[in-house]
Amino acid sequence: MIPLSWYLIFAAALFSIGLFGVLARKNAVAILMGVELMLNAVNINLVAFWRYQRPDIIAGQVFAVMVFAVAAAEVAVGLALIISIYRRRNTIVADNIDMLKL
Amino acid sequence: MTPLQILFILVAGVTLGAAFMVVTTRNMVHAALWLILGLFGIAVFFVLLDAGFLAVAQVIIYIGAISILMIFAIMLTRRIAQDVGSQISSGWGWAAGVSLLVFSGLAWMLSRWEGFHNQMPALDPGADPLIDLGKALVSPAGYVIPFEIASVLLVAALIGAIMVAWDKI
Amino acid sequence: MAITTIIWLIPLPPLLAFFIIVLLTNRSRALSHTIAVGSALLSWLGSMIVFASALSIKHFGENPFTDSIPWLPVGDDWFLIGVQVDPLSAASLFFVAWTILMIFIYSVGYHNFGQPKGDHDVKGLPPHGASVIGADGHVHQVPSVEPMYSRFFAFIGLFAFGMYLLVLSDNLLTLFVGWEIMGLCSYLLIGFWYGKPSARAAMIKAFITTRVGDVFMLLGIAYLYSATGTLNYRAILYNEEVLHTLSTTASGFLGLSAAGLIGIFLFIGAVGKSAQFPLHVWLPDAMEGPTPVSAMIHAATMVSAGVYMTIRIFPLLSAGMDHGELTSPMMVVAFIGAFTALFAASIAVAQNDIKRVLAYSTISQLGYMIAALGIGAYVAAAFHLITHAFFKALLFLGSGSVIHGMEHGVLHTGKHIDPQDMFNMGGLRKKMPVTFWTFLIGGFALSGFPLVTAGFWSKDEILADAFGHNHMVVFIILALAALLTAFYTMRQITLTFFGEPRTDAAHHAHETPWTMTTPLVILAFFAVAAGWVGIPEHFPLIGGVVPNWFHDFVGGTLIEHPKAVEFNSIPLLTSLVVALGGLSLGWWVYRDIKTGAVDPVQKFLGPVYTVLKNKYYFDELYDFLFVRPAFWISETFTYLWMDRGVIDGILHGTSNLAYHLGGMFRNYIDKPVVNGAGDLVGNTTKRIGHGLRFIQSGRVQQYMISALIVGAVISILFYYLTNFAQ
Repeated sequence: MIPLSWYLIFAAALFSIGLFGVLARKNAVAILMGVELMLNAVNINLVAFWRYQRPDIIAGQVFAVMVFAVAAAEVAVGLALIISIYRRRNTIVADNIDMLKL
Repeated sequence: MTPLQILFILVAGVTLGAAFMVVTTRNMVHAALWLILGLFGIAVFFVLLDAGFLAVAQVIIYIGAISILMIFAIMLTRRIAQDVGSQISSGWGWAAGVSLLVFSGLAWMLSRWEGFHNQMPALDPGADPLIDLGKALVSPAGYVIPFEIASVLLVAALIGAIMVAWDKI
Repeated sequence: MAITTIIWLIPLPPLLAFFIIVLLTNRSRALSHTIAVGSALLSWLGSMIVFASALSIKHFGENPFTDSIPWLPVGDDWFLIGVQVDPLSAASLFFVAWTILMIFIYSVGYHNFGQPKGDHDVKGLPPHGASVIGADGHVHQVPSVEPMYSRFFAFIGLFAFGMYLLVLSDNLLTLFVGWEIMGLCSYLLIGFWYGKPSARAAMIKAFITTRVGDVFMLLGIAYLYSATGTLNYRAILYNEEVLHTLSTTASGFLGLSAAGLIGIFLFIGAVGKSAQFPLHVWLPDAMEGPTPVSAMIHAATMVSAGVYMTIRIFPLLSAGMDHGELTSPMMVVAFIGAFTALFAASIAVAQNDIKRVLAYSTISQLGYMIAALGIGAYVAAAFHLITHAFFKALLFLGSGSVIHGMEHGVLHTGKHIDPQDMFNMGGLRKKMPVTFWTFLIGGFALSGFPLVTAGFWSKDEILADAFGHNHMVVFIILALAALLTAFYTMRQITLTFFGEPRTDAAHHAHETPWTMTTPLVILAFFAVAAGWVGIPEHFPLIGGVVPNWFHDFVGGTLIEHPKAVEFNSIPLLTSLVVALGGLSLGWWVYRDIKTGAVDPVQKFLGPVYTVLKNKYYFDELYDFLFVRPAFWISETFTYLWMDRGVIDGILHGTSNLAYHLGGMFRNYIDKPVVNGAGDLVGNTTKRIGHGLRFIQSGRVQQYMISALIVGAVISILFYYLTNFAQ
């Protein structure tokens, strides 16, 4: 009833919105939120493919579980970094954190 | 239009709308809250895809931990009377363009795939994805090693985050 | 000890004396002169022993004492060093030993041994006198001791070694070694007082002039060696075949035979050494040296060496002579000898310095000997050589004594006049009697005073030989020269010893110490007696009473015993007239010369006198012809043009070229191209980098946007290229 294409288009759209958030938001935490959105879109994709293509191989879900774990770890570390940067520079505006500038 | 389809469209719309609000709202706390709504929507989709465990895990992990963590981070990094001015950086045009490019590219590529219009196959009767998942995660013939490594990763991230964010005075 | 061992040892004591004085006893005057005189005594003793042995051997000329050892390896052969005593060298050894010993003893007194050191005496200048406070409290100036006393004895020791070596040698090479040693010592001793510029000039003049002769002599020796393969006297000069070969081989030069060319070359060496015309110019200037030097080197021994050598090579000169016909070298020799005799005698007439007169007299007498050889009078030449050595040494030592007396007078009076100018002397016979009598004997011997002087016998024999073999031109020239000789000798004696003292210095002169007068007396004895060994057999009255020992002895040196010339009264009369006439004329003209008077000869000869006084302007001529061009060549041509101009020019030019090339390379290639390329690369990189800087903004989101755009572009390209390629 629901073709795979709906899921995939939905996941693509969510991914793009998340990408926009990463590329265009000033606040560093907001960027991380965009990253979360992208990761969730990937998860949807993974599970959709599992369910529609090979539901008997459980590897699809396992992969999604791994993505969860990694996403959680990444958020934790990312926020810790942001807090650390905030302490140093008193800002989390991404444009102001340009120490790598030439 | 089956009811399932209507439900799908509804939830998709909510989720995409919440996601859009996440990336456009000025107030960071609002953004976090919109994120939570969006994550709920994702959980519903997981249910629709017969991945019940993942739905629950989504709620617990993402909404229960990660979003709270984000709110904490927002709190810790606020200054008094912040969130003024646009929260979209100046190069947002390029970002929008790139996003659209990516979306259209993905969509187009996927549409050329022959399995694009597949329908959901029926599950084997008696096949329980949850039990299979549980078994797979702990059996040596399965995915116990990635599972364990994932836990090591979490420990590392934990310690790392503490170290990075440690406040040395 | 074998006779040849003694002969080898004769030259050594003076050489040892030289080294010992130079290295060890230079500071001690007494020790130095003791060693020197002792060495001369030892050599004299050896010489007398050898001479005595030589007298006892019959036919000594055929069996001389010889010995030789190999010295320098030359290819497959050896140069030998050796000794030979044959009659000629025995007789020469006799006079050399006596004169050297006398002069060594004389030098002790001459250099004022025992006198105090001078007030302002400096090494290199003659001593000026010392102030001594006399018994009466007055300060007297007395002669002071020579500051370089020991050095003098060292040098004359070395010289004596050279002369002995020359006389005793058995080949031309050893002779040449002795020759050159004496040349060196002559140089050192003429310039003994090196602080005087005139002495320095004279020493160089002597050395270079004799060097001209020596070059030719060396050429002759080389030619002789290449023609015969040996330089030994016995092998060449006593060997009929070798002489014949040499006289018949053509040398390819001016039509002379090999013997002729060699003879002339060797003779030119003698011309230089014995101061014959045209190389006579050095001898008068050599009077700058101390008087013992003048006596020994320039009267008795060194200049005699030239004549000795010519006598020695007489067989070579006369090779090819048949029946009294003179060979070409003999004609050259005779001409030069006779010309020099007259030429030098004429100059001597106009000289005022007591030593200059004697110097020209020496040149003239050497000319006699050489002329005698040129006409073939072998024995007469040797005879005159020996007698001349005695009386000329006597005359020079006497003049030294006179000068010493005059210097004492100069110091006493304090007036600075030339103590050597005869016109400042006069009446010295009363002040210096021993000097006077011995000088008179020497002067008479020189003039050829009949019968009682040695010079008479030897000179007469030369004239007799010239007349007897019909060499009239030579005879007349030599007779004229004898006249002039007698004249200027008496002029000298009269001006110096007779009359009244013309200056205060002459008035205060007094006799010299025994170390100076004793040699004079001994030499005077020889000046009288040496002639009596050579009285010709057919001489009226006394001839034949004593055999002509000299003729027999020395004549034995040649292969063919030379015949004595027949007695003829004309040469005898000529010689009597010339001698007595010249002496009387000299006394008569000069007996009354007062202080400040003009020389009568000057009035008589007028402008000729000036020419004679200036030695025929030969020094000026040589200066113009040789000295100035030499200076020009060295200063202008070689130094300025060649060395600084060409060689330095090439160097500077090369360096300038290199410098400018280098500069061009640097400025046109290195800097713009090489540096420029490097700079260009660097600058371009910098500009590119600067230009691309904007990419690195440090803003992560921008990086991501860029990455995604690029990734999208690449994937689109990739997709299209791979897909549509199908």
